[in-house]
Amino acid sequence: MSFFDFLKQNWPELLTLTREHIFLVFLSTGAAIVIGVPLGILLTRIKSLQTPILGFANIMQTVPSLALFGLLIPIPFIGGIGARTAIIALALYALLPVIRNTVSGILGIDPKIREAAVAMGMTDWQRLKMVELPLAMPVMLTGIRIAVVISVGVATVAAAVGAGGLGTYIFRGLRQNDNNLLLAGALASASLALLCDFALGQFEKSYEIGVRQSSQRKFLMLCVSSLLVIIIAAGSISNFKSEILNSEIVTESRRIVVGSKDFTESIVLAEILAQMLEEKGVAVTRQFELGGNLAHESLLSKQIDVYPEYTGTAYTAILKHQPITDPQAVYDQTKNEYAEKFKLTVSPPLGFSNDFAILVRGDIARKNTLKTISDAAPMARDWQAGFGQDFMSRADGYAGFTKTYGFNFTKQPREMDLSLTYRALQSGELDIIAGNSTDGLIAALDLCQLADDKHYFPPYQAVFIARQDVAETLNDTFEKLKNAISTDEMRRLNYEVDGNKRTPKDVAAEWLRKIKLAN
Amino acid sequence: MPDTDKIVEFRGVGYTIGDAKILDDLNFAISKGEVLVLLGESGCGKTTTLKLINRLIEPTRGEILVDGRSTMDWDAIALRRHIGYVLQDGGLFPHFTVAENIALVLRLENWDAVRKQKRTDEMLNLVGLDPAKFAARFPHELSGGQRQRVGVARALASDPELLLLDEPFGALDAITRTNLQKEFAGLVREIGKTAVFVTHDLHEAMLLGTRIALMDKGTILLNDSPENFKRSDLPLARAYLETVML
Repeated sequence: MSFFDFLKQNWPELLTLTREHIFLVFLSTGAAIVIGVPLGILLTRIKSLQTPILGFANIMQTVPSLALFGLLIPIPFIGGIGARTAIIALALYALLPVIRNTVSGILGIDPKIREAAVAMGMTDWQRLKMVELPLAMPVMLTGIRIAVVISVGVATVAAAVGAGGLGTYIFRGLRQNDNNLLLAGALASASLALLCDFALGQFEKSYEIGVRQSSQRKFLMLCVSSLLVIIIAAGSISNFKSEILNSEIVTESRRIVVGSKDFTESIVLAEILAQMLEEKGVAVTRQFELGGNLAHESLLSKQIDVYPEYTGTAYTAILKHQPITDPQAVYDQTKNEYAEKFKLTVSPPLGFSNDFAILVRGDIARKNTLKTISDAAPMARDWQAGFGQDFMSRADGYAGFTKTYGFNFTKQPREMDLSLTYRALQSGELDIIAGNSTDGLIAALDLCQLADDKHYFPPYQAVFIARQDVAETLNDTFEKLKNAISTDEMRRLNYEVDGNKRTPKDVAAEWLRKIKLAN
Repeated sequence: MPDTDKIVEFRGVGYTIGDAKILDDLNFAISKGEVLVLLGESGCGKTTTLKLINRLIEPTRGEILVDGRSTMDWDAIALRRHIGYVLQDGGLFPHFTVAENIALVLRLENWDAVRKQKRTDEMLNLVGLDPAKFAARFPHELSGGQRQRVGVARALASDPELLLLDEPFGALDAITRTNLQKEFAGLVREIGKTAVFVTHDLHEAMLLGTRIALMDKGTILLNDSPENFKRSDLPLARAYLETVML
């Protein structure tokens, strides 16, 4: 599909994401201004506060954005998932340029001017309002402009905590290996940054000292700023509406919030569940694409009610057990401990498992007749391996894997984003990766899965995890889904999304129609 | 009863920053209608003396009476609005037009728009600037001399009894300075204000002052009329006189 066809088809969604993005930037920068400007003024009056407060703002800005989001999630009230967390994190980022430029704007004023203001008999407040703020305004506006541009960029990361925005396209594009999505997300956020920069730059110029604005320029200014305000207001209002609706919804007992992790399979499974619930008349809110352990955290903090998970992940990553290879034992123990520790219900297995899949390029496998991981181990010395962060750090991941199979890589394996390892393998930059066995891209990119002949990887049976207080509503649906999806079927569904670029919603709906026909 | 003739009176005033003595035991008075020139080199304490009068700084010893009341008993804001102040190069607010600069104190005192405008035009005319041409300009669109005129107009706008001038003509070129000095001398006589004028230029002091106070190292060496200053035997006074003879 060409990029323009893609835009034609997806512009309503792109617009919604842009609006969400603007909403995040607008509220967070707004908060940073409301806090940062008075704080900056205070620092010009009480100089001893400068070092600690500017130091704090400095540190905030050096924390990597994803880490900051991660740190905020477990904090009660301000943390959690969704727009709120993102706005707080973005505001913390925007704080430094706002405070710093307020301080240097005011302190940079010619001392003679300040002396004149005092000598004319201005009160402290009058001096601030009539002299210091207007004269510091160009510098302060520069700070605000920097803050806005930074926020537009950092807000793309907000998609990782389920806050939406243009980052949704970027993350999705990376995951699905889809350049159109990547390009649309990146171009839109870059244009937004440039537009904000230009508009605020114009605004700044009009504040330069002694500028008499020509009527033409004033008109242009008015057009640009009112356009911006309209877009922002439209974005904010519609988002506010949905935010408010959402918050009402969560307290409503009948409505089920379905979550998902941030990869295709999880989204498709969540979509299938959501549509089945809607079918039987249950109101559903979708809170998809939650990165890392967010889905689990959100379940515990009651922000979602149910999400798809894998027994192996629950067993090792959440319950922190050593990996074992008996699927039934993993399932039983996970179910018991989840009920006991977290008051969470584990659904019956969905019928397939999504294990770690050790992948090499198809042509290499055919040329060397590689079938199993043991076949590959002796010739892998000079291979460049690349693994997702998950695989590198998990108990059932890299360390045990190399030991079990006797891999001895001379080159340090690359630790990178899982979705990017597929691309890098296909393009020849990597020679071996650890993907997911149900991944639709395996067939699409002509990759070959090597068999786990030593049975190192624990089983990752797909299940749903739900909070016990909503289990009653969900149990019959869980029964219907028991053993309903085979590994091949799941791989096909994934490929419909990743390879054929269809929406998870369509793919889920189609599958449900098919199941019904079969019954 | 305070002596009503004395507008300003210094009583045993000292000013120190840490261990550094900036001013030491100043005792003098300024009567109504006088123009006192504080003459001296950089660092002699003349500008500090000036700033004590409108409480831009506060004395560490002694007291200064303005209209018979200690500056520390005045409300600082009221005291400053009661006294006109002219800085070097005008000290104008760069984001205000000429008219807005002149009307500043009037605005702080909540004058209505019509009166404010009338007074502003009056002041511009007084300092020799055409209101129609200059009122809407910004300070950066004026020459140095014009800026200084506006600075004087601003200080006079609220019709204060006392005027403080801190080397107002110091940054101007020689010809502009001479013209402004002459004009200002005429103006002061015409409107009959009491003024304290800081300068390091004896020629200016002679032209403008009804009395000259020669300062050195934080003390006043001599406080007399220009005529008596000329006859002084003080080495520093002689040194100054030689600069004018040249």
